[in-house]
Amino acid sequence: MAKRKERARVLSQESLAPGIYSMWIETGIADEAVPGQFVSLYSKDGARLLPRPISICQLEKGRLRLVYRVAGAGTEEFSAYGAGDGIEVLGPLGNGFPLEEARGKRALLIGGGIGVPPMLETGKALSGEDFAFVMGWRDGNLFLKKDFEAAGALFAATEDGSFGVKGNVLDAVRENGLAADVIFACGPAPMLRAIKAYAKEKGIRAWISMEERMACGVGACLACVCGSKDVDSHSHVHNKRVCKDGPVFAAEEVEI
Amino acid sequence: MNLSVSLAGVTLKNPVMTASGTFGSGEEYSEFFDLGRLGAVVTKGVANVPWPGNPTPRVAETCGGMLNAIGLQNPGIDVFVNRDIPFLKKFDTRIIVNVCGKTTEDYEEVVERLAEEPVDLLEINISCPNVKEGGIAFGQDPRAAEAITRAVKKKAKQPVIMKLSPNVTNIGDMARAVEAGGADAVSLINTLTGMKIDIHKRCFALANKTGGLSGPAIKPVAVRMVYEAAHAVSLPVIGMGGIMSGEDALEFILAGARAVSVGTATFHDPRAALKVADGIRAYMERYGVEDINELVGAVDQ
Repeated sequence: MAKRKERARVLSQESLAPGIYSMWIETGIADEAVPGQFVSLYSKDGARLLPRPISICQLEKGRLRLVYRVAGAGTEEFSAYGAGDGIEVLGPLGNGFPLEEARGKRALLIGGGIGVPPMLETGKALSGEDFAFVMGWRDGNLFLKKDFEAAGALFAATEDGSFGVKGNVLDAVRENGLAADVIFACGPAPMLRAIKAYAKEKGIRAWISMEERMACGVGACLACVCGSKDVDSHSHVHNKRVCKDGPVFAAEEVEI
Repeated sequence: MNLSVSLAGVTLKNPVMTASGTFGSGEEYSEFFDLGRLGAVVTKGVANVPWPGNPTPRVAETCGGMLNAIGLQNPGIDVFVNRDIPFLKKFDTRIIVNVCGKTTEDYEEVVERLAEEPVDLLEINISCPNVKEGGIAFGQDPRAAEAITRAVKKKAKQPVIMKLSPNVTNIGDMARAVEAGGADAVSLINTLTGMKIDIHKRCFALANKTGGLSGPAIKPVAVRMVYEAAHAVSLPVIGMGGIMSGEDALEFILAGARAVSVGTATFHDPRAALKVADGIRAYMERYGVEDINELVGAVDQ
């Protein structure tokens, strides 16, 4: 999985919900990436130097799909790109979900907010296994819902109750009586914190995908660290690098 | 055409090196290019013991630059000597170890541990704005800077580069102070202390509140300070601060830098340092310059 920076080509761009976009790009990085990894996108504006890390939503031969939220001027710029535009991309980055841990077991793939997209390819990679998606959306803008339904059983929660269980993803797990041996999750910190506690209480093994402000994206600058139970391999303190050692960590391993 | 330069008796194949803290110890970027194509790799600062660094968020983008407050997280000299130096020895490049500390004794301990190691030069960090003790405390007062330089020089087996802070009133005074202390070279500039505020959350963008500003936004300040330092001392000067291209590097060289460091640009492009070296070569071809050393300090000559 050699990392590379290359000029990719935008194949398509569409808005899935207010502020949420889906962009397919043509890049060889797709052929080396695994579910749960991410790529970094570079702005064409020289005043915006740092790459924007974005999770991989779907992988196909020679192309990948990014579903992302417009969070500032950089992602706003990306959302205006159309088919044929070039875009500088660095990847594949990070480790991805440990799929082998879910094989032959009951798995729950949980996503919340803009942590929803990476769970799609993770589920596709576990096709034929005993798993279910549990997705949490804010409201009735159920981006990627059809994609998830086509890839497996979907249970949902929305904050406003417009679809599925009213509440959060763990409310959906409880109300639907979903049992599991393994959880893979991506979402906001409060959700991951709750999943970590739930997994500990139930004796479930959980892996969570963490987020932190990044600069280099490859493990050199030590910006995006998270507190870890064990001594990390790089600095021999208790700070794992989200971009390189993660973004996916065993839940009990990291402080959140 | 000659691109090689000499720093305190150490010959570099070209004048381009990495800026400390932006390149780790090279391992992460060795996936992208042959480190042997650089004049030198300057490592991230290493202390006598592991340092955990600051809370997150540690970085924030700003217009044409970025703020960082990593806080010198590093594995300490033991791991560094056993892991990072052997790794760098695999490449045909010079090894410059950046040394950080909280006290004079910390610096001395690291320098002594490096005495028998295959390291070409030492760069002493007295200019990190993100740690409370040491670092910048030595870098903003000429007497303290001279004293730490003298203490380090007594223990050092390799030539010593003192890395200067731009957060001072008179950079010439600081350069003269470390020259008086026995420094073999100076490098500058480290980052400029800055702050960013998230107006929506009404909080600081960095957990440390302040951070060091780097990137092309600071380049004119850096060029001016390199020019002033080069005129203040007779030591070789290593210039850095927002270099993104060969053209940028040439401004520093013409201002008086014998070598240059590429830092934040690497986050924008992992191969940035190589591109800077290629850009310098192209400039020399274009203007028929036979020896890079002809350009050092050659502004307005």
